[in-house]
Amino acid sequence: MSASFVIISIFTLAAALAAATLRKLMHAALSFAVALVGLAAFFFLLGAEFVGLVQIFIYIGAVAVLIVFTILLTRRDVEKDRGFNWSGVFIAIAVFGGLVLAILKTQFLSVAAPEMPALTVKHIGEVLMTGYVWPLLCVGLLLTAALIGALILVMEEKR
Amino acid sequence: MSDSLDQIFVRGKQLLLAPLAHAPNWLVQIASSLINIFALLGVFLTLFALMSVLERKILGRIQNRYGPNRVGPFGLFQPIADGIKMLIKEDIVPARADKIVHFLAPVLIAATAILALGIIPYGRNMTPFTIDGGILFFFAVGSTTELAVFMAGWGSNNKFSMLGAMRAIAQMISYELPLIITVLPVVMIVGSLNPDTIVAAQDGYVFGFVPRWFVFTPWGATAFVLFFVSGLVESNRTPFDIPEGESEIVAGHMTEYSGFKYATFFMAEYLGMFAITGLAATLFLGGWHAPVRALEFIPTYIWFFAKLGALLFVYIWLRGTLPRTRVDQIMNFAWKFMLPMAFTCVVAAAIWHYAGRGLRGWLWSLVVIAVAYTALSIFLDTRRKFAPRTYRFAE
Repeated sequence: MSASFVIISIFTLAAALAAATLRKLMHAALSFAVALVGLAAFFFLLGAEFVGLVQIFIYIGAVAVLIVFTILLTRRDVEKDRGFNWSGVFIAIAVFGGLVLAILKTQFLSVAAPEMPALTVKHIGEVLMTGYVWPLLCVGLLLTAALIGALILVMEEKR
Repeated sequence: MSDSLDQIFVRGKQLLLAPLAHAPNWLVQIASSLINIFALLGVFLTLFALMSVLERKILGRIQNRYGPNRVGPFGLFQPIADGIKMLIKEDIVPARADKIVHFLAPVLIAATAILALGIIPYGRNMTPFTIDGGILFFFAVGSTTELAVFMAGWGSNNKFSMLGAMRAIAQMISYELPLIITVLPVVMIVGSLNPDTIVAAQDGYVFGFVPRWFVFTPWGATAFVLFFVSGLVESNRTPFDIPEGESEIVAGHMTEYSGFKYATFFMAEYLGMFAITGLAATLFLGGWHAPVRALEFIPTYIWFFAKLGALLFVYIWLRGTLPRTRVDQIMNFAWKFMLPMAFTCVVAAAIWHYAGRGLRGWLWSLVVIAVAYTALSIFLDTRRKFAPRTYRFAE
């Protein structure tokens, strides 16, 4: 376990804890964005540069902005302090327990991973465009459908 | 001779690192990164100071007045006076503001602008940080700006700030699409996201005198213009500066900022401008390559900064010339014109590639772009729709 791993874990966990416990909703949303940056740092640490960059690109640039805007546009009491939510604790414990169970049940192979060649963006692109072209197209179709659906939802109705 | 002048900064860095020759590897890496960071900050903060006074001078010339001319020769020391003024001004934080978010917003926005500058090749062997997915890094970091702008708007707890932030985010998200899609053809043709490889691919000359820059192909020229306009929007510059629109919402998300925090926003805006023009020069104008073979003895970094300066001059020129556009005009332009044209660029680049990258491909891609442009201009023609203005909420 390297020093950078410890530093990044403390950073990410602190941000995640802040996101779960902060009283103001907007502060929680912003700490969540910080936790996502920590996750991206993990990808960088593991040598998955491309995934890390995409993580920042999509989760900070799009998802965090989306969350923040949703809070802003749907709630009138953004400023209000909220009480403690016990159902949230229950769900969190359930998810955590499920994950721990899944990890414990996994059979780990005690074989050293083969030496990986340096993963370049070019390599990822080639794999996506050849072996995984169908999943890629399906995701593209799904996103296009979502985009058109969103447009239809906000379209002005003509009388 | 010219080679040693070209590599003078690289040599200088090696000289600085020489005492560390026997130090452990990580120490050398940290020292090397620190030298890069300080060089980057030094160069671009100086350029920011220079740009702020030159912009006022050029705007003065355009508007037939003098511009700053009191401090130092030709008013060149004006930025120093401005800096001192900004530093000693009172820093006002509104009582109802969210103190932490209000404080963090300018820090975050300046940090992202500086990070984006790190991947641009400023000369031969002069890329501060070589990342395999450099172009992706640029846009990933750039997308964080939206959150920073939102933090500034929301943290100020002011309706003008919030309106400005909403406008800024709306136009930044809309124009991020054409901005990234116009980069796609270059990435496709070069086959790499690494800025150094992209610059290297633009080396050499066609017919012995036309440089092999992407701006000299039909798809490259179109993509360059689209990229430049999107860059204008992303850096909130004048024809598209509705987020700041002084006459409507004071200064947008910067309304509640004063003193050095305001200066930080101002600086971040200019650094963002340098980053986006630097990337435009790297992607389309051949990076640090000389335009004529006979002029290759001039150091590469001088060529890069000459291109950067030319693009920045166009930014100032546009600011002095064009009026501010409306919100709906900006949005319509993004989704109905910029985006289809950006996709056309991708198709035209593919045609150029498969027609052998020669004259035939050049003409075919020109035809594709001309057809798409004509079709769009006929389809989007709104001249016949002019009618007396109707108001929905004000009678």
